[in-house]
Amino acid sequence: MTAVEPTLLQAFVHNSSGKTRLYIFGTMAALLIIGALFSESLCPYDPYLQNLDIALEQPSAAHIFGTDRYGRDMLSRVIAGSRTSIFSTFLLVAIITTLGTAIGVFCGWARGRADNILMRVSDLCLAFPGLVFALAVAGVLGGGLHNAILALAAISWPKYARIARSQTLSVRETAYLKAARLAGCSTSRLILRHILPNIAGPILVTATLDVGTMMMELAGLSFLGLGAKPPTPEWGSMMSETRGLLQTIPWAVFAPGVAIFLAVMVFNLLGDAIRDYLDPKMRVKS
Amino acid sequence: MTPILQIQNLKKIFSRDGQSDFTAVDDVSFDMVPGECLGLIGESGSGKSTVANMIVRLLAPSGGRISLDGEDVTDADVRAICRKVQMVFQSPQESFDPRRTLGDGIGESLLTAGRPAAEAREEVARLLESVGLSPDFASRYPHEVSGGQCQRAAIARALAIEPKLLICDEATSALDVTVQAEIVALLSHLMRGHGMACLFICHDIALAQGFCDRLLVMYRGKIVEEGTPDEVIQSPKQEYTKMLIDSVL
Repeated sequence: MTAVEPTLLQAFVHNSSGKTRLYIFGTMAALLIIGALFSESLCPYDPYLQNLDIALEQPSAAHIFGTDRYGRDMLSRVIAGSRTSIFSTFLLVAIITTLGTAIGVFCGWARGRADNILMRVSDLCLAFPGLVFALAVAGVLGGGLHNAILALAAISWPKYARIARSQTLSVRETAYLKAARLAGCSTSRLILRHILPNIAGPILVTATLDVGTMMMELAGLSFLGLGAKPPTPEWGSMMSETRGLLQTIPWAVFAPGVAIFLAVMVFNLLGDAIRDYLDPKMRVKS
Repeated sequence: MTPILQIQNLKKIFSRDGQSDFTAVDDVSFDMVPGECLGLIGESGSGKSTVANMIVRLLAPSGGRISLDGEDVTDADVRAICRKVQMVFQSPQESFDPRRTLGDGIGESLLTAGRPAAEAREEVARLLESVGLSPDFASRYPHEVSGGQCQRAAIARALAIEPKLLICDEATSALDVTVQAEIVALLSHLMRGHGMACLFICHDIALAQGFCDRLLVMYRGKIVEEGTPDEVIQSPKQEYTKMLIDSVL
């Protein structure tokens, strides 16, 4: 039996050197972010402008992704939605990274009872299926993008706390930390100058890899009606609005679906590329 | 003359969950006078490093008293005593923060003592020269220099705040024999220059013989032998010391 030939993309992902992939996916991610920043000027039409005369039109030269049931241009709404989707994901990842790292470093440094209590709380969060817990929290807090971010933050910090705690525990026993204590460093200086820079690598890689996951989860909450509220364009809620029409006009779901897929893929591959680039073993191989 | 270091009945017991306690240091007492070089020798696990870590307060003693320069420091904080005593660690590269330059490491104690950054930089250059390194080593990272060079930088770091007592915890063990000799020569030169006392912890009795004024032999947490190097080596009183000497000479 002959081996299955890898596709061009697979071959590229596996064989190209870490640096090349880092540049390529970094550029793609940067383009997405810049696009989201200037989404207003990139939209061909006003994403909020309704025109019932052209509702549910098929893709055409004028509206390449067609129009939704209110006659709004899908392409414009997908572009405008990128800002909501991408930046709320960044905000969420920033919150869980900061919160989780702060808790983890505190636990690893202080140890004792506080560490035990916080780690059992994190076990509790990890034991729960994330989205179900987030649904419950969002249900209690009520809908809206801010509450969706808070709900996901409440359940997603433990991963970072675990990493930060274990790294802090290992760094605090190193000879260089003892030397720093003997140099008269205060606790805050020890943590800011010696511990944080030495534990930042794995945390940043996890954060980049998490951008894709969190984007999916936020879109998932929006899809279920617990995230962004209409008429704000957001990919998850756009899919939700048009899901009833999936069998009659599939292109309406297609545009936001592809947008989520592409954004998640780019950030995941960027996370992989950063991880491989920072991993000395992988670097030797390439 | 007030002893620079006075240790009385020092004890360290490590308690382990569900197991019997382990006594790492058992009733250790000794004094050091200013400018003296005292060798603390013994096999690994005999409690030498535990004694060192208790003197610099990286470990809390379970019992006994430690006085530095006439002042009781048994319950003091690391930051309170680090102006008087400094330590050189076993593995030079691991004793420097991998993400910071050697210059940052050497100058850190000067900055925490409130010296301005520019002054600290000049002092770092001077310290590097005093240990036989060129001042541009300040901008190198620990992985960019050899073990011997890194240990010289570690000695420069320990000397930065002019301590009265320097503890070398197996400072030469990770280095090859020729570099060991260089480091020991540098240490004895610096000790004379600064009038500093040195507690030289080592498992190599031959190396300690040439360098120390007095030797203490530790075995299973206790001091089993004490005397000048010649006394200890030529007429050892304990079986363990004889064994230790036979294994080297």
